[in-house]
Amino acid sequence: MELVQNFPAVSILLCLFAGIISSGLKKKAARWINTALILAEIVLNACTLGYLLETGESYVYVMGKFPAPWGNEIRAGVLEALTALFFCVIMLLSLEGGRKKLADEVEEGKTYLYYVLADLLLSSLLALVYTNDLFTAYVFVEINTIAACGLIMIRQNGRTIEAAARYMIMSLLGSGLLLMGICMLYDLTGHLLMSNIKEQVEILYASGEYKIPLLVTIALISVGLSIKSALFPFHAWLPDAYGYSTVSSAAILSSLVSKGYIFLLIKIIYRVIGFPIFYNSRIIDMLFIFGLMGMVFGSLSAIKENDVRRMIAFSSVAQIGYIYMGIGMGTQAGMSASIFHVLSHAATKSLLFIAAIGLTDVSDGSRKFRHLTGAAYRNKWAGAAFTVGALSMVGVPLFSGFISKLLFAQAAVQNEIKMLPALIVLGISTILNAIYFMKTVIRIYTPVGGNRYDTVTFKDMKSYVAMLICFIALNVILGVSSQPVTDLIEQGLAMFS
Amino acid sequence: MGTNLFSNYGEAVSMILFGIGFGNLLLQSNLIKKIIGLNIMDTAIYLFLAEKGYIAGRVAPIVTDGVQSVEAYINPIPSGLVLTGIVVSVSVSALMLSITIRLYQRYQTLNLDEISIRLKKEGL
Repeated sequence: MELVQNFPAVSILLCLFAGIISSGLKKKAARWINTALILAEIVLNACTLGYLLETGESYVYVMGKFPAPWGNEIRAGVLEALTALFFCVIMLLSLEGGRKKLADEVEEGKTYLYYVLADLLLSSLLALVYTNDLFTAYVFVEINTIAACGLIMIRQNGRTIEAAARYMIMSLLGSGLLLMGICMLYDLTGHLLMSNIKEQVEILYASGEYKIPLLVTIALISVGLSIKSALFPFHAWLPDAYGYSTVSSAAILSSLVSKGYIFLLIKIIYRVIGFPIFYNSRIIDMLFIFGLMGMVFGSLSAIKENDVRRMIAFSSVAQIGYIYMGIGMGTQAGMSASIFHVLSHAATKSLLFIAAIGLTDVSDGSRKFRHLTGAAYRNKWAGAAFTVGALSMVGVPLFSGFISKLLFAQAAVQNEIKMLPALIVLGISTILNAIYFMKTVIRIYTPVGGNRYDTVTFKDMKSYVAMLICFIALNVILGVSSQPVTDLIEQGLAMFS
Repeated sequence: MGTNLFSNYGEAVSMILFGIGFGNLLLQSNLIKKIIGLNIMDTAIYLFLAEKGYIAGRVAPIVTDGVQSVEAYINPIPSGLVLTGIVVSVSVSALMLSITIRLYQRYQTLNLDEISIRLKKEGL
């Protein structure tokens, strides 16, 4: 076995150990350990990706040398490595972009805990991406929930605690359903490893036995994971959690945590249930319908919102709707469009959150629209970055959002029954997106007389501007040269089955 | 159908309990009752697993009297899953309880809806 093949397992364990060590070390050390850790993760996952591209096939890594039906396994394919690499990059940029705000908003003695939670969150995300064992996935789903709850709560005020309570309640409902689904699947097949379950599910499905339990299982797992990733009717916790937590948390939650669950769902669809069986159950149509509803209602709520952070949060609901619509399309093209949107939305939404904080800071910390008038002149970099994010969300060419919309439209055309609703809602949702994002952009570029507020210059915020530039670059790269990324996604999906 | 339901009464009971717990966690507005619902829901899953792992007439797979035959013991994996699940649910309950304490200290109430209304009034 080659050294590179150990990297996925090492990257998960490294995060766990970093979390444990930095909770015991001096408080300043936690920050540096965290940054070094994420940089190391980026290197490890990039090496894994390179190795996989070179060999052209996925591999299974046996934890602790116990062979297949007994031991625990990790599986690395192109899609896993790509997603893990992307998650690490976004995490690094989000933490760095919100660093100054974090120091203001969190009690002095508690900031090191933030980095401990971030380490644990990263480990659970990587484990969700790489694992080949369903029960391990469940355990890391719970670790993810606990860490995310801590990230919301670390800024102590009434709103965040209430948001954390609501977040926990919805998450626990979701993980209860997921656990029940996994237990029933274990009961039906007698296995916990994804590849073994898939073999048994195929035999069961062909024999026609246990049709209803299998359907119930698929429903439980899909509903559980869609509750956790805030699909439309289950999104009530989301605006408060994203709107009032500290900005790095909001960026990480919206772009990574919910995406981790979506990735797990996609993995379960392909590697546990099997795409044809999942397609033949009617669950996929439900995901499609709720996705469409989310696209419209999320945007409508965003239009009504008078608070810029909450508006961006509601826009997340709409974007999660896009992803589920792609999954619900039931075609390979729809799935790869969804995965591309997972990446593009992660890059754009964290950019918007980080840019919005720069704008509100130069408006006396107020997030109401009327105070934001002219904010882009007071903080030019944040204004430009917000505009890029907004254009990308609306789907203007050059930026990543355009490519995802294009891919969704192309995927919709391939499916005769779902083409019309998908295209119509895609159009409506784009218009609604344009309404609230352009309204904000126009507002921040409206000149205002007098010097009521402070102006910040480049010198005051070098690292913040550097992060914004990285985010913009990421967006433009995804938007301009999307072909290599979509090729990687398709290669990864082919490896899944 | 009816006979199956009766012979698998343990699974049926666990499903009913799961429903009760799920409903309580979702619908109660009192935070403590929600946490009780959470625990009922999780325990129902463990009952389901234990019921599935048990084989009548066999004992827990701990070799004490030198019997090593597979026929003598029940399937240990569900028991392992139950133990893992219990650890997870204990930590999650502890976290929920600590959030509840924080909210109670701030607002002197356990009613989540009332807290939300008050937060809106504060207009934070």
